[in-house]
This record gives sequence, C-alpha cells and structure tokens, in this order.
Amino acid sequence: MQFFLNITLGGIASGMIVAAVALGLVLIFRATNVVNFAQGAMAMITTYIAYSVLHRGADYWLAFIVALATGLVFGAITQVVLIRPVQNKSPLNAIIVTFGFLIFLEGVAGAIYGSTTRTYPAPFSEAGQKLGGTQIAFSPFDVFVVLAVLVLMIVMLVLFRGTDLGLRMRAVAFSPEAARLLGIRVRPLLTLGWGLAVAAGAMAALLIVPTSSLTPNFMDVILIYGFTAAVVGGLDSPVGALVGGLATGLSLAYVGGYLGGSLEPMAALALVVVSLMIRPEGIFARPPPRRV
Amino acid sequence: MPVLDIEDLSVSYGAVHALTDVSFSAAEGEVTAVLGANGAGKTTLLRAISGLVHPRKGTIRYDGQQLEKMSVEKIVRHGVSHVTEGRSVIEEMTVEENLRLGSLWRFGRRERGAVIDEIYELFPPLAERRRQHANTLSGGERQMLSIGRALVARPKVLLLDEPSLGLAPIVTARLMAVLRDLTSASKLIVVLVEQNARSSLSIAQRAVVINLGRVVVFDAAATVASDTELRHHYLGY
Repeated sequence: MQFFLNITLGGIASGMIVAAVALGLVLIFRATNVVNFAQGAMAMITTYIAYSVLHRGADYWLAFIVALATGLVFGAITQVVLIRPVQNKSPLNAIIVTFGFLIFLEGVAGAIYGSTTRTYPAPFSEAGQKLGGTQIAFSPFDVFVVLAVLVLMIVMLVLFRGTDLGLRMRAVAFSPEAARLLGIRVRPLLTLGWGLAVAAGAMAALLIVPTSSLTPNFMDVILIYGFTAAVVGGLDSPVGALVGGLATGLSLAYVGGYLGGSLEPMAALALVVVSLMIRPEGIFARPPPRRV
Repeated sequence: MPVLDIEDLSVSYGAVHALTDVSFSAAEGEVTAVLGANGAGKTTLLRAISGLVHPRKGTIRYDGQQLEKMSVEKIVRHGVSHVTEGRSVIEEMTVEENLRLGSLWRFGRRERGAVIDEIYELFPPLAERRRQHANTLSGGERQMLSIGRALVARPKVLLLDEPSLGLAPIVTARLMAVLRDLTSASKLIVVLVEQNARSSLSIAQRAVVINLGRVVVFDAAATVASDTELRHHYLGY
C-alpha cells in the first residue's frame, strides 16, 4: 500500500510538470493552430540562461524570474520572426519550422555549454517526508511543484476568464477574422500568446531540471509526455492539459513502478494510440459546431 | 451629412475580376440594398469596405477618410461594423462574452453594462440566454447576436451580409423591422447585401443591383422594386 501511495504521489508531481508543458503546447495550438515542436528546446535554453544567472552568484528566485521573463520575450520574438511568415500557409510549413528550430536550439546549446551533464539546484528539500510514522516519497520540492503548476493554471484561468485581455486572446484563438472585425488587433495578441506559452514551458523546465539533469536535450522526453497529455486532454483545452498531464504522469508512474522504468516511453505511446482510437479529438476538446 | 462613397472600386482574386469599377453612395439614416445573383460580387463588396480584401483600384471614402488604405481594425474604430455571412458569432463564448467583445474598443468597463443592456432591449431573446454558449442558440438568435455584437459599439456604418439566410420568414420580417427602425432612429448608414430582394427592398431607400461584378442599376429602392423587367432579369421575381 505504501508503495502504491508513493508512486501515486510521485505520479502527481511529475504529472503536474507534464501538465505545464502540455499547457504551453495547448496555448500555442489554440491561438495559432501550430504544434510547437521546439517548446522543449526553448525551455531548455531558458533553463541554461537561469543556470548562467545562478552561476554568477544570483539566488534561486532571481534565476527563476529571469527564466520566465526570458521565456516570455523568447516566445514573442520567435512568433514574430519564425512563425508569422508561415502563419497562414500549409500546416506542414510550421511543423518544419518548429522542428528545425528544435534541432537548431539544441545545436546552439551544445556548442555553447557542451554536452556535459550539469546539476541544477532545487529551492526546497528533495527528500521524502515522514507522515504519521510513515515515510512518504513526497518531498517539500514536490509540494512546490504541485503548487507552482496550480498557481500557473489559476493565473491562466483568471487571465482568460476574468480579464478583457484574456477575452480578446480567446476571441483571436477561436476566430481571428471575427476578432479583427470587432476592432481587436490580432497580431500583438498572437505574439503575447506565444510569449506566455514559452514562459509556461520555461517554468516546467525549472521544475523538472533539479530531479533530472541539465543537458541540451533534457526536455526531449518531457516534451513527448507533454504532447501525450495534450493529445489525451484535447489539443485546444487548457483544462484538458491539466487532466491529461495528471493522467499521463500517473499512468507512467504506475508503469514505471510496477513494470519497470524502461517501459515508460512505450506506455506514453500506448496512451496516445488508445486515446486517438477512442476519442481522437481528446477528452476535453471543443465540441464540433452545432447548427440549429 | 456623412456619406459612404464608393468610386470605381475594382477587386480581383488572382485572374478573376470579382468587382469592376463599382460606384455608388450610401447615406445616413438610410438602408442601401445591394442585390444580385450568387457570385455577383456582393460579399466581396462588403469585404472590401471593411478591409478584409484589398481593392485593385478605386476609393472608399467615409467621413473624410479613405478606408481602402486602412487596416480592418482601424476601419472598425472609424465606425464601420461588418456582420459577415453565416452568423459569425464566436460559438465557444457565451452571448454576454460575444457582446462584451463588441464593446471592448469603444467603451470603458463602467459603460459596457448599459450598452449591452440596450442590445438586450433590442433583442429580448438574447437577454434570456446571456449565460448560454452561442453554439446553443437557434439560427435566428445567432443572427440577432451577430447584429447585436456589431451594434454594441454604436457604429456609424453597418455592413450586413445575408442576414436572412436560412431564417424562417417570420424571423426575417422581425429582423428587417428592427433594422428599419434602428436606421432611421440612430442615423446609421446600412449597406444590406441580400438574395431576398423583396424583403430588403421593402426596408431600403436605395438599391444597387450588381451583375458579374459590375453595377447594373443604382437608384431609389422604390424605382428598382417597380421595374418589372429589371426584377425579372436580375432579381428573380
């Protein structure tokens, strides 16, 4: 029972990180119909920048803020320079651009930092805690991870549901032409959407890197899990990203815990295949338009 | 008196000439009906006025400004609202959110409630469904929402593309009555594109008949309605 509890708690913590990655993918897909294959690599770059800030003597939280701010700017610039020119062309163009950008960024990181494995500190202890005499594998850092992603989700929810800016951003995502005809300037909002999505990815990377290690391709696997979560939850649903992330995290934790860690990537693939067979649009995807 | 003045407007899609040397004007407090068969260029005309397509040549003037050089967003902020064909509501949003969107650029937070309430008075079924998603509305309610969303910003020029398409005759009649009253009361310039020539001529003061991208007739609506040969030839009744 304790083993089951421990892998469940571990699955929740990793599921929340996967949810943050999936949220970044969903934010971009909703706004621009582009699957950003470079999401993980962009988050890797912001993590290296945070690492450089840390190594100049700054404290953890300053590096954390620098990574998020860099993600915001990096995402915005990427949208303007790389995505805007292919925005209204064939979807294949955007896929090739983001995939090429992934390879480029990993190459640049490798050239600057090398392929040496580096460690990144956690702001809180990563050791499990005793709860009522029972040792549980849920550390203060895991609590931070869960709270950080919940705060991110709440901020996004308030932004999109409670502010005029969010209302505009949703309108642009759902119907750019209708938004323009209502006097909404579409381009800056698409740029902001990319900025927010990459900032969300940057946060996910900062949450995974202390328990992983910093290398130019450390986000590759987590991006696959994030993509799995986004497909399971629905590529256009932020709620789906959260639920899909948790479902993915828990599924992988159980597979890893009971069948062996080497089967986790296979389990992610199986989850995508089963999800596509049962509900191809995802659990929380928008219902198709209904004519009355 | 401000007039929407269109002069020698030509629009092409590649090698296809959708509009050629179209000229007419629409006056304040009047409905100008744009009539013609499918593919005549009526929708392209409205899309050119609202900036969604760029003309090859010609001018679109309103209130001292040349609209054909402006972006869509600027044209909207200059007082031109365009209700596109097909009840272009945002289906994933509620009725209230759709209306709020229409008011965002024009009004501050405090004024918005009052202007949205005016739309609910104009179209009472929308008030009952304010919290419902737009994809749950009937065709007539969606059309009311499209028009209400355009009106909430209190435009000076309203471009309407086939508002009666697919609606029951009783709903169409009600919409047309609202449009007629609104136009005269608020000094709107309404450019109404319709296949249903009979119903649009019944509320219009002027009419433009377009055939294969060219203006055939621009005259008083009553004159067009009484010209049997013209009606038979171009309007199908």
